[in-house]
Amino acid sequence: MVQPRAERLMNLHILLLGAKRFIGKDAIREACYPEHARGPAGDEAFERAFERDKDALRQIGAVIEVGSADAFFDDEIGYRIPTEQTSLPEIRFESDEAAVLGLAAQVWQHATLAKATGRALAKLKGQGVEIDPSRLEVVAPAITADEPAFEPLWDAVGKRRQVSFPYQRADETAPTTRRLQPWGLARSSGRWYVVGLDVDRGAERVFRLSRIVGPVRATGRSGAYDVPPGTDVRAVARRLSPSFPSVRARVRVRQGTGIGLRRRAESVAPIAERPGWDAVVVEGTVHELSDEVLTYGPDVVVEAPESLRDDVVARLRAVVAAAGEDR
Amino acid sequence: MTNQADTAPDQVARLLALVPYLLARGEVRLDDAAAHFDTDAEQIERDLRLLFMTGLSPGLPGDLIEVDLDALEGDRVIRVDNADYLARPVRFSPAEATALVVALRTMVDTAPAEAREVIARTLAKLEEAAGQDGEELLRLHVTPTPLETSAVVPVLESAIAHGHQVEITYHVPSRDRQSTRVVDPRGLARVEDLLYLDAWCHTAGGDRAFRVDRILAATELDTPVADPGARARDLTGGWFTDAETTTVTLRLAPPARWVVEYYPVTGQRPGPDDTVDVDLEVASEEWVTSLLLRLAPHATLLAPDAYAESFTAAARAALSRYDDDGVDS
Repeated sequence: MVQPRAERLMNLHILLLGAKRFIGKDAIREACYPEHARGPAGDEAFERAFERDKDALRQIGAVIEVGSADAFFDDEIGYRIPTEQTSLPEIRFESDEAAVLGLAAQVWQHATLAKATGRALAKLKGQGVEIDPSRLEVVAPAITADEPAFEPLWDAVGKRRQVSFPYQRADETAPTTRRLQPWGLARSSGRWYVVGLDVDRGAERVFRLSRIVGPVRATGRSGAYDVPPGTDVRAVARRLSPSFPSVRARVRVRQGTGIGLRRRAESVAPIAERPGWDAVVVEGTVHELSDEVLTYGPDVVVEAPESLRDDVVARLRAVVAAAGEDR
Repeated sequence: MTNQADTAPDQVARLLALVPYLLARGEVRLDDAAAHFDTDAEQIERDLRLLFMTGLSPGLPGDLIEVDLDALEGDRVIRVDNADYLARPVRFSPAEATALVVALRTMVDTAPAEAREVIARTLAKLEEAAGQDGEELLRLHVTPTPLETSAVVPVLESAIAHGHQVEITYHVPSRDRQSTRVVDPRGLARVEDLLYLDAWCHTAGGDRAFRVDRILAATELDTPVADPGARARDLTGGWFTDAETTTVTLRLAPPARWVVEYYPVTGQRPGPDDTVDVDLEVASEEWVTSLLLRLAPHATLLAPDAYAESFTAAARAALSRYDDDGVDS
């Protein structure tokens, strides 16, 4: 039955919330934990339950302050939940903004992240925000985290606990055990990565979650390390998928071909002086566009910019030259 | 996602959001509260019965939170009293703030231009509410792929769930053609990084696996699928298992090595000068030619010889377009 613990958690929260003084452990025990009788066994059971409950309240969002419960002796530890720090600041949302919030609820396809989003939204609803996603004609992205390593790593990031896991790169024949202080998780090109301090190498490393081939074990205490200030996994993600400046290219595409380019074209218009060809304007990096244009062979020709055109021509010449050598 | 166990902290989190809402309104119909929190009346009722048991100084009557159970059972109206200290919801925990903020950041990057402004506005308010936890909000980041923002996937999922046919517009890159066809969808399967739709194709009159990123548009039809009991095939074993394939061997220089990760490679050996030789099972020569062009000049074809000619011919033909344009040779 969950009922008794939920009741106890509510009472503990209410007892500590807004307390002017720190409330001593003994008083807390008397008020909320009458089932744990005095004595070694009861003391231990109380300590365990109280630790777990504090942790649960923190995960709900409560800020629990620890201080001295006695003005004259500082050996009695007490607790309180200051109202102002623990309460959600009043936020007002316009109705179109509330619709955005509703869409946000659809993004995470991973149970833990979906639940966390749901809880955050429930708090806003508690403030009276009316959430109605149907007002906005936008498809929310759907982000999965199927790798079994995601859950324990996300948990470890939140608790700042060191982890170890067996890891096998594509060019290795057997896994090796890696020890990591995880800083955060990033998803790029449909894959999850964890970034952190590789304890054995003493340096920042990035690991791909799909290459973690066994269980992730958390070791040691919570809050065991500090994430270097200013660490931003966005920057790590950018390094994983380097983005080069985007160019606007004009390409000539034979009609009925180049569907991939046409799909994301800014404009497509027939070329009067070249029947059977369309002028297509697309945006992308030189590297990406060059790959894509080449894929279509003689059906797509770059007109501008010169940098893209030169790249494509150089790559084609290299192929033709190599073929010539073989003869 | 809905079938997770309801834990004690879950219930407490719900109550601490529900009470401020009730107090602000004074009197709320049970069904309205359930609708507002996107849940059912039974859950709200269970939560209120717990609330009834709690309050300041348990055991001392008069200080407990008052829930009018008569009104709840009779008129299905909620009245809560003596709970003013719970008038404000609890702030976001770091995990909650991160999940919500990162969801919105992911949306802002991918939304159509006309929706971006309102998403950015909402995001700014939430980031501010998260306040001093700003650093915490940098522990998770998503750069979504086109597939993850696809409007097609929800349509396919809905059609599969309802047992409806779908009309899809499909792009076949090896022939660079698009076609519209009606299919009986059976399931979506992820193989490596790609998502496939397993379906019976009425146009082809056979089973087909469609790459979802190549479905340009999908419309769920009202018509039910012909064989609702049909199970999705296991696509994880191989890709073209139902097509005739040829083994090709490519030599990949480092810039082309991503092929090993991206396509189902059946064999792999180190080659000279930091290259790697890989075997691929392929269904069409056109596909190999376009892959080799995309990789140019970092991949060479080792076998079969017969394919080499069409690749060089395509490269020469492409190059000649530029010669015609007057590019210096």
